[in-house]
Amino acid sequence: MKERLIELYNREKDVIRGSSSPLVNRLRQHAFTRFRDKGFPGTNLESWRFTDLTPLLNTEFEINLANRFGNIDTEKLFTCDVYDLDTFSITILNGWFVHKYAPLSKLSDGTIIGSLAKAMEVYPELLDQYIGRAAKPDNYEMAALNTAFFQDGLFIYVPEGVKVNKPIQLINIVDSPNPVFLQPRHILIAGKGSEITLVHCDHSLTHNVSFTNTVMEVFAEEDARVDHYKIQNKGRNSALVTTTFIRQEKNSKVTTNIVTLNGGFTRNTIDNEISDKGCVSDHYGLYLVDSNQHVDNQINIDHASPGSLSNQLYKGILDDKAKAVFSGKVLVRRHSQQTEAHQNNNNILLTDDAKVNTQPHLEIYADDVKCSHGATVGQLDPEAMFYIRSRGLCERSARQLMMIAFASEVVDKIEIEALRKRIHSMVEKRLKGELSICDQCVLHCNSKEPTTFNIDLSKL
Amino acid sequence: MADKNDKLLKEVGSSDYKYGFYTDIEMDQAPRGLTEDTIRFISAKKNEPEFMLEFRLRAFRHWKTLKEPEWAHVEYPPIDYQDLIYYSAPRKKPKYESLDEVDPELLETFEKLGIPLEEQKMLAGVAVDAVMDSVSVGSTFKETLAEHGIIFCSFSEALQKHPDLIKKYMGTVIPYTDNFFSALNSAVFSDGSFVYIPRGVRCPLELSTYFRINAANTGQFERTLIVAEEGSYVSYMEGCTAPIRDENQLHAAIVEIIAHKDAEVKYSTVQNWWPGDKQGKGGVYNFVSKRGICEGENSRISWTQVETGSAITWKYPSLILKGDNSSGEFYSVAVTNNRQQADTGTKMIHLGKNTRSTIISKGISGGESNNSYRGLVKTSKNAVNSRNFSQCDSLLLGDMCGAHTFPYLDVGNKSSIVEHEATTSKISEDQLFYCLQRGIDMEGAIGLIVNGYAKEVLSKLPMEFAVEAQKLLSISLEGSVG
Repeated sequence: MKERLIELYNREKDVIRGSSSPLVNRLRQHAFTRFRDKGFPGTNLESWRFTDLTPLLNTEFEINLANRFGNIDTEKLFTCDVYDLDTFSITILNGWFVHKYAPLSKLSDGTIIGSLAKAMEVYPELLDQYIGRAAKPDNYEMAALNTAFFQDGLFIYVPEGVKVNKPIQLINIVDSPNPVFLQPRHILIAGKGSEITLVHCDHSLTHNVSFTNTVMEVFAEEDARVDHYKIQNKGRNSALVTTTFIRQEKNSKVTTNIVTLNGGFTRNTIDNEISDKGCVSDHYGLYLVDSNQHVDNQINIDHASPGSLSNQLYKGILDDKAKAVFSGKVLVRRHSQQTEAHQNNNNILLTDDAKVNTQPHLEIYADDVKCSHGATVGQLDPEAMFYIRSRGLCERSARQLMMIAFASEVVDKIEIEALRKRIHSMVEKRLKGELSICDQCVLHCNSKEPTTFNIDLSKL
Repeated sequence: MADKNDKLLKEVGSSDYKYGFYTDIEMDQAPRGLTEDTIRFISAKKNEPEFMLEFRLRAFRHWKTLKEPEWAHVEYPPIDYQDLIYYSAPRKKPKYESLDEVDPELLETFEKLGIPLEEQKMLAGVAVDAVMDSVSVGSTFKETLAEHGIIFCSFSEALQKHPDLIKKYMGTVIPYTDNFFSALNSAVFSDGSFVYIPRGVRCPLELSTYFRINAANTGQFERTLIVAEEGSYVSYMEGCTAPIRDENQLHAAIVEIIAHKDAEVKYSTVQNWWPGDKQGKGGVYNFVSKRGICEGENSRISWTQVETGSAITWKYPSLILKGDNSSGEFYSVAVTNNRQQADTGTKMIHLGKNTRSTIISKGISGGESNNSYRGLVKTSKNAVNSRNFSQCDSLLLGDMCGAHTFPYLDVGNKSSIVEHEATTSKISEDQLFYCLQRGIDMEGAIGLIVNGYAKEVLSKLPMEFAVEAQKLLSISLEGSVG
């Protein structure tokens, strides 16, 4: 795979570069050199110790360097099933921005939303100020690969003081008969004092093999507020590697909330740099995985300046042979006094074949700090079970009630009501074993292929 | 108050090493460098059985294929392994009937260290097997122990007298292939202690060994092997101090513990090697492999350690809980000051059913030091109903030091419960204020709070050790030169 990518880059350099600015191309070249030297991350690297990419890389992936979609009716392609959710919806199909009207819109308040490829053409100066400033391809192998190859993705610019009144919904769809390898890049710039909510949904329309390597850069300037929700509900054969770089300026507030309901292979990395005081950064995550799924959450928070607060809460329930990895790292640099950082990871294992690797790391060089971390792996509290059962519930209901309560702590952090209700019901269905059935139904509604059901009746 | 604090912290940093003296005893040394010849020299010098030499050579050949590990959160200049002397022993190996015959200079060394060798016989009831630069010199209470069938002797003596036991157990817990330093130790180890507690025997004494690095440029490579047969009990103590040296000294020991069914082993250590001066010059490199195995059902091993010394500590006393219902404990206080670096912690590997482990680790860092906890808790698929609780707290005493926590939790079955919690903070202003308004001075208050903070671990030490450990904490933290 590595050789093919290197060869492709050298051969199609001009196509990949397209209309990117010289700065972007310099970034590409640098990242490419890095990828050429280091290749894909192996399990000998500390951060990839429990997540092995090798089986994935044996697939013959197709890489499309040209946008073959352009103008299509996005509503026909996919309809969001969260009914009351009023959003400004954007669709990315197989890594390319698809649109019904225009690839890039500028709203009356100055907000720019649209395709990154188009934005690189129209607003090169604006992009050059930001692109690559948050991403660290030197530290993240997959981000280096993305930086070398990215062509399109989502671009959002919210000018100073603008409060975007509707959440932006990004629907990332993979629909291809052949295995595809995608490298979308998203950039979100929240100017001074602005507010924005982004709902990021990852879906697949088929159960075909795909590999998405996303990089997202988020810039939260002074007093800005960014809420980022990510709902991952992919097919069994999809692989999703997402690296999100967040850069926070003075008094900004960033919240991320990742809910992983389905997906064959999922790895989410968040790299959060807090570069000025008064910042708040909250990261929540919930993963409910079964069969052979693998979910890996990596969070690195760099407190590079004093007086900020960060918080991580990740919870997971694992069934069958699923495997979960959590690695949270808090770095408090020298002089970053009055930092408060909390980290928590709780897991419930339902079977003996499921596996959890959790590493809540703290690296602290300042003394006036309040840092704590905790991790638990276990099962449902037998005393609480007894209490619920003593109230007349059967064991199955008691168990479900407790699991739903366990998951709710994360779901309740979602501030968009329609989405929260929807996720609540999805989690509930998921825990009752209904979601996979429901999903197969939804997933196949638009598909020409015959539907096959693989229902585990014991869970009903 | 901040000024006072700073002043105090400076004082804390300036407390001098109490045990910095050097005994001039003639040494019998191996030539500098490490080759198969060096190993043959050591083995011949010690008159070892053939299997031992073969073991050493196998380890050496394996060691040559290994690379020094770099993952620990420590920094030091590369070690030239060919520039070290791998064997040194006091010239005349004394075999004394009574203590009067012992080299008076040596006795003086022990006096300074505060080991009451003579008094211990009567008062403390502690049998001491003092290792002076690798070769055991004095032993007491051998007879009492012999009555119970307990073997407590130097490793070389055990090799002569009980080669079968050594052959059976050595390298079973830490094979020479385990890591870089265990391979090195297996190739060149000079001496150490051997403890064997027969079936059903409860060792009547606290066994204790004091190690000292003495000659310049010699690494000390001891090897300790403790075997507790079915239903036996032993408490073993080890303490270290080292004299001031300019060049860094390498210390790569191995400790192996085997506990059979229903056996219990308590291993306590106070480590106070010379940490180097305030600029970080000199000091001992302490790269130790310690591991115990709870082989049989209901067996129990506990590690208790107080780490105050060494320029660099790289130490993870681990436990393999293989027998069903076995349990393991790890209690640690690690203090770093000036430019000391410590990367220490434990591994608890749960293999048997209903196994239990507890980890309590307290890190205290001051000056420009770095103190890391690195630990692994792993439960295998078969370790049903296993239970772990870990707590590792860090206390920061200055704005130039670092405290880090790197826990790893790998859980492979549904009925295990693994919990980890940690906090990092500085001394609470409220607690300080409370102490001050009760009329305790700043120094006393910090001492009181730190001692209280470490109490949970110190209380696990045997009585004799707890006193020394508290003294060490005071030296390191209260700035009171002892």
